[in-house]
Amino acid sequence: MSPARDQQSPVAPPSRGGGGMRLRGLIRKEFYQILRDPSSIAIAFLLPIVLLLIFGYGVSLDAEHVPIALVVEQPSADTASFTSGFHRSRYFEPVYLRDLREAEAALLDRRVSAIVHLRADFARRLRQTGGAPVQVIVNGVDANTGQLILGYVQGVWQKWLQRQALDRGDALALPVRLEARVWFNSELRSRNFLVPGLIAIIMTLIGALLTALVMAREWERGTMEALLVTPVTMREVLVGKLVPYFLLGTGGMALSVAMGTWLFGVPLRGSLWVLFAAASLFLLAALGMGLLISTVTKNQFVAGQVAILATFLPAFILSGFIFDIGSMPAVVQGITHVLAARYFVAILQTVFLAGNVWSVVLPNALALAGMAAFFLGVSRRKLRKRLE
Amino acid sequence: MFRRIRALTVKEFLALLKDQRSRMVVFIPPILQLLVFGYAATFDLNRIPFAVYNEDAGQAARELVARFAASPHFRPVATLRQEAEITPLVDAKRVLLVLHIGPTFSRELLGGRSGPVQVIVDGRNSNTAAILLNYVNTIVAAFDTDWQQRAGGPAALAHLETRAWFNPNLLSRWFIVPGIVGLLTLVVTTLVTALSVAREREQGTFDQLLVTPFRPGEILLGKALPGFLIGFFEASLIILIAVFWFQVPLRGSLLTLYVGLFCFVLSTVGMGLMISSLAVTQQQGLLGAFLFLVPSILLSGFATPIANMPAWVQQITYLNPMRYFLVILRGVFLQGTPFDLLVGQFWPMAIIGFVNLGLAGYLFRHRLY
Amino acid sequence: MEPSSATGSAERDSDAVLELRGVSKQFVVGRRTIPALRRVSLAVRRGRVTGLIGPDGAGKTTLMRLSVGLLAPDQGQVRALGFDATRESLAVQSRVGYMPQRFGLYEDLSVQENLDLYADLQGVPPAARAGRYEELMRMTGLARFTARLAGRLSGGMKQKLGLACTLVRPPQLLLLDEPTVGVDPVSRRELWQIVYRLVQQEGMTVLLSTAYLDEAERCDEIILMHDGEVLGDGPPGQFREKSRGRTYLVTAPGQRKRVVQAKLAAAAPVVDALIQGDRVRLVLDSEAAPQPAALLPGVAGVSIQSVPPRLEDSFVAMLKNRRAEDRGARPPDPAASAPARRRNGGGPVIEVSGVQRRFGNFYAVKGVTFQVERGEVFGLLGANGAGKSTTFRMLCGLLPASAGRLRVAGVDLRTAAAAARARIGYMSQKFSLYGNLSVGENLRFFSSAYGLSGRRQREQMDRALEQFDLAPMADTPSLDLPLGHKQRLAMACALMHEPDILFLDEPTSGVDPLARRDFWRRINALAEQHVTVMVTTHFMEEAEYCDRLAIMADGEILALGTPEEVKQRQRSAEHPEPTMEDAFIALIEGKGQTTASG
Repeated sequence: MSPARDQQSPVAPPSRGGGGMRLRGLIRKEFYQILRDPSSIAIAFLLPIVLLLIFGYGVSLDAEHVPIALVVEQPSADTASFTSGFHRSRYFEPVYLRDLREAEAALLDRRVSAIVHLRADFARRLRQTGGAPVQVIVNGVDANTGQLILGYVQGVWQKWLQRQALDRGDALALPVRLEARVWFNSELRSRNFLVPGLIAIIMTLIGALLTALVMAREWERGTMEALLVTPVTMREVLVGKLVPYFLLGTGGMALSVAMGTWLFGVPLRGSLWVLFAAASLFLLAALGMGLLISTVTKNQFVAGQVAILATFLPAFILSGFIFDIGSMPAVVQGITHVLAARYFVAILQTVFLAGNVWSVVLPNALALAGMAAFFLGVSRRKLRKRLE
Repeated sequence: MFRRIRALTVKEFLALLKDQRSRMVVFIPPILQLLVFGYAATFDLNRIPFAVYNEDAGQAARELVARFAASPHFRPVATLRQEAEITPLVDAKRVLLVLHIGPTFSRELLGGRSGPVQVIVDGRNSNTAAILLNYVNTIVAAFDTDWQQRAGGPAALAHLETRAWFNPNLLSRWFIVPGIVGLLTLVVTTLVTALSVAREREQGTFDQLLVTPFRPGEILLGKALPGFLIGFFEASLIILIAVFWFQVPLRGSLLTLYVGLFCFVLSTVGMGLMISSLAVTQQQGLLGAFLFLVPSILLSGFATPIANMPAWVQQITYLNPMRYFLVILRGVFLQGTPFDLLVGQFWPMAIIGFVNLGLAGYLFRHRLY
Repeated sequence: MEPSSATGSAERDSDAVLELRGVSKQFVVGRRTIPALRRVSLAVRRGRVTGLIGPDGAGKTTLMRLSVGLLAPDQGQVRALGFDATRESLAVQSRVGYMPQRFGLYEDLSVQENLDLYADLQGVPPAARAGRYEELMRMTGLARFTARLAGRLSGGMKQKLGLACTLVRPPQLLLLDEPTVGVDPVSRRELWQIVYRLVQQEGMTVLLSTAYLDEAERCDEIILMHDGEVLGDGPPGQFREKSRGRTYLVTAPGQRKRVVQAKLAAAAPVVDALIQGDRVRLVLDSEAAPQPAALLPGVAGVSIQSVPPRLEDSFVAMLKNRRAEDRGARPPDPAASAPARRRNGGGPVIEVSGVQRRFGNFYAVKGVTFQVERGEVFGLLGANGAGKSTTFRMLCGLLPASAGRLRVAGVDLRTAAAAARARIGYMSQKFSLYGNLSVGENLRFFSSAYGLSGRRQREQMDRALEQFDLAPMADTPSLDLPLGHKQRLAMACALMHEPDILFLDEPTSGVDPLARRDFWRRINALAEQHVTVMVTTHFMEEAEYCDRLAIMADGEILALGTPEEVKQRQRSAEHPEPTMEDAFIALIEGKGQTTASG
């Protein structure tokens, strides 16, 4: 860049070192575009609100008011004392059916989820050695709910045994006095663990889907060619995309955290800054992935589909958001390690419910940082200042 | 008319499948996802890491610990010597459960009294915690019964004989895999159709179509058929994998299943085309598809039962075609539900489908720019 | 190495601002390798306006992209402003202004925001901006629209804004890739004024590619490219001189101009025959004076008048020779192979009366009335945003009219039965065929769409492939075709079913003169078979080919009549013999004055 050559011409002092100015220009442009495109706003703010409302109010794994069929072949004082436990439980909504056949039909078309069957000889065998059998049938189609219902029935049965023992003036009959303490979420509210996990899903959407689309759009509309012929460097283009969507994502994060804690009463036991530091790392990884997808595809249609298939569904199922990773087969567990959402979900659930547990936060944060570096690095290498 | 529709359908297929990338997107990910999700999406817990803090040297305590260690659900990873060790272990998620047996446990039991046992459960995933507590209760109950019998004490007045119909081992894979058939069919058909009109609008070919003698109904059919065929093809493939790979029993009739599939694909294709004809650009189409897909999946009963939702949310789910299809899938697969019991699930999907297709056809010509 | 190269270039060509030496470039599309440039060497001199002309696919855009380092050459060297464009591309890019064919304006940003962005990217110091903006806005006439979103600007205004963004930091070398495609004459004239002002006031060097040969005449130098090779370079006059003594205007009173043109085009010594008003312009292959009897046997009263040559004459002659060498034969004459049509009869085929179209508060079309007779070629001229395309879309039934009456072949296509649409053919403004379908698949689809089947479908497809010279690329995805071929394919698709009425919305925008000639030859042949053709265009000389035309501005018709009538009405002291372009500009400016005063 010899100055002599610049002096050859009376026009155009070429710019030098205007990197800050170029970057600022790119960032400002991106912000204007975000503000004027309702769909970006929809993804960044409307979607989190809708999802949080659905999850906060709508989705729950806690089975309550389970319709259960009570079939009592010969009602007596004993059967009444047994069945009264079901009326008292908040988990059940019992209905009495006359015979087993009717109850089985109800179970088949899912009007009831379980049957408790007391045979005609219940009262008689109660007094005999071996005790009276109580037949319990659950509909096993929804295995998880079936499992929970069996647990609830067991609870009702144990309480009844205790009451009977007390009535007869016996000491407590059961050898083990089980005292269960659930840490971090003593009421076992599923909302408390769904909402933090959901934040990871929302951030995945904002990060990957939005950036995948916006970069591909620049290629499709020809604006990229016009950008490329300016003295802008590819690093500036990359950072110019990262910063606005990073801030947008942080905004979505703040909104989600605020809604989660204030509206849904999810406790935040760790510190906010740990939360946001982890979110920043995760956002970088998600944005990097989105940028990579769009840099490789250069086409909105394909980029959008890849982003949905590669980010949303895996984040939903493989991140530990709902399904326990530890119980998956080893191969699948291996796959989950390439998902940034997995690490973020772990951090979120811990920081919200348990607090700043560094033994959980640090390794996961390290993994997120590694993924962010990987995706951004690869995007940077793939993004060359040529049209080929 | 038939020839024109065939021409349209062939054109749609060519436009969709000639591009290698979009071909990949349509076929490869669903299969991969079925395989991965089929294994991943399970509520069953296996080999849960737990720690034992046993202050009692007695034989009863040893027996209780042995019962936990022998269960396929649990896996002992640590033996603790003092209470202070519990917190870091649980915090770091190294164990999900700590079994704490007090020093007097065996003595109390031998004396015919109750011995205290404390279990500490990591509640960060409340569902895992609840299931885990169930497992604990079952093990403890079995221990109680055996102990009482051996001690010759009074047997329990009544005992439970439990059975789970349709899924005797309560495998959640049997619940989830049929759901994935619906999930992936939904995603694929919506994605295929939601962009089809928007893409043509963006490229200007839609105008070209509208000036040909095609009737809106014909265009609609031409647009819907590829979605239909791809949806049917993929669903069939996934059903095969579910039955032969994942060994999920298929107890009902295939006819019932396919009538359900037909109604379901009708409704999703209708929804996709409606979104597509509302959208001006592909990006809008994609976002529309997304805003439809996410609530459809979450509010379908795929992972979380509809019965657990509050009443007003349950009302909303009646608009969700996936809701009905999941009932059909699980009914036919696991319960062998006969056709007549599922009629109530067929017609709402058909109505959703026809209403949306009608709207889409209307919007073809009346959507203003 | 830098100083030595600077002195080296001084030795080679002291004035060359952009220099290509033995540059080759290939592209791989699918399994085929397409050579875009073959060993091209050329130099662009300082302070000149150099025009890059050539048919589609000649390699003009590739050359531009190589010059700014957006592509790397396979062979050879590209030096711009003394820098190696490939290795020192950042240095080149910070000194060169380049406006791509489809300039990437951010349509959701306002005019001012677009300018700010490019000022930031080009590193224009904030202090220098206000002055530069003012100058650019004055130059482009966009000062009133700074707050408007770029997407809401008309095509011409977008192009001017693109230019302003490119110029926000005054470059030493300005590269413009087809800057005037799809831009109306008024805007085009303004763009040219801007370019010349830049060269004169700021000492800029300009290289621009164009498909308009009248524009090429305004360049200081031109470079003619064909098939990735440079056919020649020099000042336009040098090219023009090649045709001196071979150009004539033929008048044949009482004869239909299209018949005369067709006969003349078929005559042996004629290289090019072109309708100009009610006369026909001829370019001959030798300087021997033509004999009326030899050219038009049996026609009385033919007068032949020698006229000065134009660049286009030479250009077309050179390219036609070249093409004849390549192919060994002329393209088949569509008129010969098309079957004669039956339907004849009086009465207007298209009736438009008092038609309005409103979008919100904005009237795109306000009270338009005209009629088109059977077999007429009717032209609709106007600037971008004048309401031409909206009128078209309403006629084709794609958009309902807010008020007024539209009849095409006696029915309103919006409400008529689908079968009525079988009588029209429609070719839209931008390429709108299925890009990833091959040429053959597109033809098959559209012929099926119009209900052709079996033997007739095969025949029509074969005929289209042959007539439009598409057979060699029947298996090529239509997106990969050069622009001219795309247009041919689009027209072939619109004609598969032999419609009675043909709607062509800017069919020749961005197409080179040879392709445009082919195109009009086909339209003329159709008109001779009593097909009614309605066409919109930006090319003023194409307006001369029409039987009647309407000039539109701001949704209104300003003038309606035969080309001669429209031109004569604008006769003035300044323009005693106005061309269509003069007439057009006078009409538009006249309207601007009335609105400004009123």
